[in-house]
Amino acid sequence: MECVLELRGVSKQYPSHHAVKGISLSLARGEFFSLLGPSGCGKTTTLRMVAGFEEPTSGQVLLNGADITHQKPYQRNVSTVFQNYALFPHLTVQQNVEFGLRRRPGNHFAQRALEALDLVRLAGKEARRPSEISGGERQRVALARSLVLAPDVLLLDEPLSALDPNLRKQVRAELKAIQRRVGITFLFVTHDQEEALSLSDRLGVMNAGQLQQVGTPEEIYLRPSTRFVASFLGDINWIDGVGVRPEATRIAKQPPDERPARPATVVQSTFLGNLIHVEARLADGQPVTAEISRLSASVLAGDPVYLWWEPADELVFE
Amino acid sequence: MNRLRAWFLAPTWTVMVTLFLAPLAIILAYSLLTRGAYGGLSPPWTAESYGRLVDPIYFVILWRSFWIAGLSTVVCLLLGFPLALFISRSGPRKNLYLSLVILPFWTSFLIRTYAWMFLLRDTGLVNTFLEKLGLIQGPLPLLYNNFAVILGLVYGYLPFMVLPLYATLERLDPNLLEAAADLGAKPGITLLRVILPLCEPGIRAGSILVFIPCLGAYLTPDLLGGGKSVMIGNLIQNQFTTARDWPFGAAVALVLMAVVMTLLMILAGRDSEDLL
Repeated sequence: MECVLELRGVSKQYPSHHAVKGISLSLARGEFFSLLGPSGCGKTTTLRMVAGFEEPTSGQVLLNGADITHQKPYQRNVSTVFQNYALFPHLTVQQNVEFGLRRRPGNHFAQRALEALDLVRLAGKEARRPSEISGGERQRVALARSLVLAPDVLLLDEPLSALDPNLRKQVRAELKAIQRRVGITFLFVTHDQEEALSLSDRLGVMNAGQLQQVGTPEEIYLRPSTRFVASFLGDINWIDGVGVRPEATRIAKQPPDERPARPATVVQSTFLGNLIHVEARLADGQPVTAEISRLSASVLAGDPVYLWWEPADELVFE
Repeated sequence: MNRLRAWFLAPTWTVMVTLFLAPLAIILAYSLLTRGAYGGLSPPWTAESYGRLVDPIYFVILWRSFWIAGLSTVVCLLLGFPLALFISRSGPRKNLYLSLVILPFWTSFLIRTYAWMFLLRDTGLVNTFLEKLGLIQGPLPLLYNNFAVILGLVYGYLPFMVLPLYATLERLDPNLLEAAADLGAKPGITLLRVILPLCEPGIRAGSILVFIPCLGAYLTPDLLGGGKSVMIGNLIQNQFTTARDWPFGAAVALVLMAVVMTLLMILAGRDSEDLL
């Protein structure tokens, strides 16, 4: 696998706090990689150090094997899609897309800009100003403006967060399709676990300036390496220090034959169409949630039930 | 509802009528009367004062006023833009620097202009200093010329350029500058293609705020120009004082006002909501 971007022990220390604490990471060419974490975890600072807006306090950033740690933003072949899109309000859509092209050698700027706009389905809007198009369209202009430069890595800083929720899912699918088509490496920063899971080839979970785990969505969801990762990505029950996902938690009115089971009382049972969401309380008062198939026997609030799970579904952390 | 509206508008109307419209009407009436035998005014009504304005000598004065005011505005812009940019990037020290820009207003403009005379005259601080250093033999002609007038105007009106420029630079989204760099623009290109175009409203507002008072200036050309480079403001002042020709002074004042209004409408007409 060819490595396009590599971070080696990258740290960022501000006078008041330590934003990023020694992150090492490498991205393969063409992959969709997400940095996932709560706000303030250092993911945006990491992205800004790759873009060149912030200089690392220590560590190295390598692009195609070359050290770019101290290069200016205009010297690196990476491009950023900003959270607020940062389109130039005084330029038309087409002029926005041409802006980067005109800073580089080459020609046929107009033609290449129009092709990029076509790629993001904005043909016909090239003469508009950013103020004259919708939020979703602005997001696509920002994408076209960066993609047209064929950067080694495209950096996306929570690009979906400014869109309304209905639009978000649709744009998410488009983003993935565009990434597949152009084959450019995407480094995507988000705090939304659903976005990260559905978009990424691989993702890294960050907390308090540190990279906690890197892996495919399945690996991270099924085998989280820390309690933080287990709780941040997906829901989890903590029962006597052991983690169990709600969908792995079994529930029945009779205890199973060859398994130890715990008696519990159903607090609430919610029918969600494809599954039933059950909230229960163990005998010692610990709350547990379970997601069970609608085909299994129904339980009602107040029912005494038994809870168990397969040992393979246990998540144990020291 | 309409009564309430009328009550709220009443103070504005009172001020506008007594302090603006009435004096304007008086000046208009003056400009259409005849000069009295011992100054003052007398009948008959006539437009003769306006006719006298076509004398080439007044075109020279008007032209001089325009280029001195124009050049002063350009110099203010060239000095004010980097200053405003610097202040807008100064983080927590912004307010200190802004108050320094406004500080001169705490002293009377007249006194500050006199201070310049002390600095610029033949035996003034600048000439004395340069002579002591042996850089010049005789004193440089720094006072009583167009240079001194422009210097005084730039000094006096620079804050009016800096403040609106600062206001637009302050509102500029820092992400836009990062986006420009990200797309490959070096700092000079970012300045030219992003910062300057987005500052256009501030540049326009600042230029208007400097150009108009410079055009009508009379104190600065009188004191620093030594009465040699007469501007239109001096002409008007002279008609009302030494020359005792009120009708002609009133006519010149109204023509100046009409010229300024026309200019403003041309500038503001392009997109009026951007102004200030």
